[in-house]
Amino acid sequence: MAGPRTLADKVWESHVVRSADGEPDLLFIDLHLVHEVTSPQAFDGLRMAGRGVRRADLTVATADHNVPTIDVDKPVADPISKRQLEVLAQNCEEFGIVCYPMGHANQGIVHVIGPELGLSQPGMTIVCGDSHTSTHGALGALAFGIGTSEVEHVLATQTLPQMRPSTMAVTVEGALPAGVTAKDVVLAVIGRIGTGGGMGHVIEYRGSAISSLSMEGRMTVCNMSIEGGARAGMVAPDDTTFAYLEGRQHAPKGKAWEEALDNWRALPTDQDAIFDKEVFLDAADLVPHVTWGTNPAQVVPIDGAVPDPDSFAEPAERESAARALAYMGLEAGTAMRDIQVDTVFIGSCTNSRIEDLRAAASVAEGQHVLAGVRALVVPGSHRVKAQAESEGLDAIFLAAGFEWREPGCSMCLAMNPDKLSPGERAASTSNRNFEGRQGRGGRTHLVSPAIAAATAILGRFGVPAELPR
Amino acid sequence: MKPVRVVSGTAVPLDRSDVDTDQIIPSDWLKRVERTGFGAGLFAEWRDDRDFVLNREEFAGATILVAGPNFGTGSSREHAVWALLDYGFEAVISTRFGDIFSNNCTKQGLLPVKVEPEVARALLDAVTDDPTLEITIDVERGTVEAPKAGVRGTFPLDEFTRTRLVNGWDDIGLTLRHEERIAAYEATRPAWLPSSTA
Repeated sequence: MAGPRTLADKVWESHVVRSADGEPDLLFIDLHLVHEVTSPQAFDGLRMAGRGVRRADLTVATADHNVPTIDVDKPVADPISKRQLEVLAQNCEEFGIVCYPMGHANQGIVHVIGPELGLSQPGMTIVCGDSHTSTHGALGALAFGIGTSEVEHVLATQTLPQMRPSTMAVTVEGALPAGVTAKDVVLAVIGRIGTGGGMGHVIEYRGSAISSLSMEGRMTVCNMSIEGGARAGMVAPDDTTFAYLEGRQHAPKGKAWEEALDNWRALPTDQDAIFDKEVFLDAADLVPHVTWGTNPAQVVPIDGAVPDPDSFAEPAERESAARALAYMGLEAGTAMRDIQVDTVFIGSCTNSRIEDLRAAASVAEGQHVLAGVRALVVPGSHRVKAQAESEGLDAIFLAAGFEWREPGCSMCLAMNPDKLSPGERAASTSNRNFEGRQGRGGRTHLVSPAIAAATAILGRFGVPAELPR
Repeated sequence: MKPVRVVSGTAVPLDRSDVDTDQIIPSDWLKRVERTGFGAGLFAEWRDDRDFVLNREEFAGATILVAGPNFGTGSSREHAVWALLDYGFEAVISTRFGDIFSNNCTKQGLLPVKVEPEVARALLDAVTDDPTLEITIDVERGTVEAPKAGVRGTFPLDEFTRTRLVNGWDDIGLTLRHEERIAAYEATRPAWLPSSTA
């Protein structure tokens, strides 16, 4: 191979089944994650064409988007959701795919269970009919979201024709100040590059601030790559990655583990490799962030205020800001700390892992949610839920007035009964503050788990240090 | 997929930036297991507003959507493409598209027409002024033209996608021609890679 290569180059090149001039590369897919929302039409397509699933052994399904987070022992109340969940189970049965349905010990948000079961590993290609598949890039995999036609394509062929993306390095150097989390890092990155800044690129997150993050933190960062327009985000695998993986259900064991390690250690970007685009952030400058608008790039430090639409240079940005303020029911100049919330949601594929719940619980311990505020904690998976309960986190949340729910995507996209009402304002640890995302007319502000917990207690945006001790 | 060579017709101006796929088709609609009938859910929340551009009679029957920058960002839901097609759109014009949305479009024969900002602006203004303005998009030539308004632009499309679109080829069928290559690749995969069934 000629010249130094990036992590993304290495993973890409080791998966090319066929390449030809003027055509996309045909990439082999090591792992295909399936859920109930984006797969039914793909299975129908297979049936209509008389095709089967090529590699059921490289495919795994779970129910996450529609599942209720209460009364899970009762039939699903929404008949359309119920049907979609049943159709997933039927399709998996028909095509011989392992499926973790509601209530199964391995069930959870697809991007939480892949890593926790050890199915997502360094150097792999991973796809799912879900844009937050970028999450798995935290392990050094090339992982990206696909549409339903591509889901069908992978089911039938275990490959995908893909145009090679450009590469982008986002380097965060230095130590993160106390109280600044992975979520704040990625919100700051998106605020810098904008919602389209990463389009056509795979981002590699680099620098000492990134390598000092836990696996959970790296997953949070990679998860939101798509909010900056990038289809994939990656972090080079290192000892943190290996320690996370070792002993997990599907991780290699014994001699195979040693072989895998040798392979994984060769993956990081070579010195002198060139990225098509580079962005640098100084960790010391980072602070907790809150979004004020209706896309994740409309974000400010929590010490800041709602911006004046006229302060934006671009006409499209001005107009977008003005419409966002109208939708969000906010006035320019209002301090973020003066904005009161009705609801707090701690969960989603961005922030529902054990470390996220620990961070929120450590803020909530001995405190109480302000009267009138609804606060939900939705663990990302049954395994996360069981771990949290074994550490007594559920008791802390319940004593502090939070609701402790069953795992699923829940209020991140409101496909289940957990929704905002029109005009209702939420602090949410999820990934999208789009109009109507958490329920028609709902108003979403994206924050980290620690800020979400502090905000539930204060009833307005705030940081843990503001809480009475 | 139907072959797509030329799209010609009137257009609807959607002068908003960052229109994400949650706006194109809200998540309530994603519970359906069918592939048809999504047109009724297209821009569902905005269509409650009587003055929303899609509700205006002068734009009825349009087959082209002219949008602001960053169209189709966010969620991978192909339902967004199904909704646009089901409503009657055959092409969307913007300066920039979400990567997954753009891929989904070409799999279904909805044209993502990426033009320069001046062209997008000129088309938005021209269509707003004259809802009867005819726009012609030629896939083989990669051109967008509205002669009556004096607007002309080009759009990029890789050769493979262009050939696929104009012939209406099935992507899976194309890949399965390389079945032997896939099998050969599979034989080289390291044994330690994970399997969901092991």
